[in-house]
Amino acid sequence: MEINKSMEGPLTFPGQVHETADGGILVTKLDDVINWARSNSLWPLVFGTSCCAIEMMSAAGAKHDWSRFGFEVARASPRQADLIIVAGTIVMKMAPVLKRLYDQMPEPKYVIAMGACTISGGPFFYNTYSVVKGVDHVIPVDVFIPGCPPRPEALLHSMITLQEKIKHEQYFKKKIEDVR
Amino acid sequence: MNNEELKISISAILPTAIYDETGEFLNVNIASEELYPLINELRSKNEFDFNYLFCLTCIDWKDHLMMVYHLLSKTHQHTIVLKAKISNRENPEIETVCNIWRTAELLEREVFDLFGVKFINHPDLRRLFLTDDWNGYPLRKDYVDENMITL
Repeated sequence: MEINKSMEGPLTFPGQVHETADGGILVTKLDDVINWARSNSLWPLVFGTSCCAIEMMSAAGAKHDWSRFGFEVARASPRQADLIIVAGTIVMKMAPVLKRLYDQMPEPKYVIAMGACTISGGPFFYNTYSVVKGVDHVIPVDVFIPGCPPRPEALLHSMITLQEKIKHEQYFKKKIEDVR
Repeated sequence: MNNEELKISISAILPTAIYDETGEFLNVNIASEELYPLINELRSKNEFDFNYLFCLTCIDWKDHLMMVYHLLSKTHQHTIVLKAKISNRENPEIETVCNIWRTAELLEREVFDLFGVKFINHPDLRRLFLTDDWNGYPLRKDYVDENMITL
């Protein structure tokens, strides 16, 4: 995937300014502007089910500080969240709750599957009656980040990867099936 | 009381008790029918005064089930582990200890949920963690379900 140079870095606005006497004319694409805005302001939902959540909190804290990349404030309500980081084991009893939270989030919405448990069930893959073997059985996942748990740097990497993915979306060409 | 004194005092109430000191605590092995009279004495008699039930669980030994009660006395600072063998694995039943220690109410519900032991006279015996329509008891050794992947 080739990265458009004009979109590199969160502070670079996509497009070219043509200087005129009164200021300038901006030439850009709506897709680029929308994606630029969306990818730099992703508010995660406060959602953590086990030890991965501790690493997620660490990534939000002062040392790693995900606000630097536009993740800003974690929202306690799914209605105000753009992103759900599934941090921790999802059990059969939790799965419908997670699905409901996901359904309550407004479009566009994104999912990061953090850690071994959410990817495949991880250490609970065999001989268990209660664990969902991969959160992608319940909701669609945009970025998987392995680890048990992943370090905050790894989580930040996955979040930046998600931003990169959003920057290559084509909003007006999106089909209904893609949105679902 | 130390372990030797505990053994003598318990044997005075229940001569059939078998002792085992290989673990951290003094283990007292009894049959499930003998549990309630003994445990009642252990709580009410001043010389024992076991006023704290700090763990209640169950073990599946494949041919029988075993209830395990960890008892502690905060006044005398002595501890024992009571192990009650339930021979009837198909329809396991034992007297509840809810009326002696209130904490047993939830602990016994958990054991009922995961092992299927029926507690006689329990005030509210329902599943605790699993959904009400769950089939079977997952911590039994012979438990199978279609979602389970076995090595």
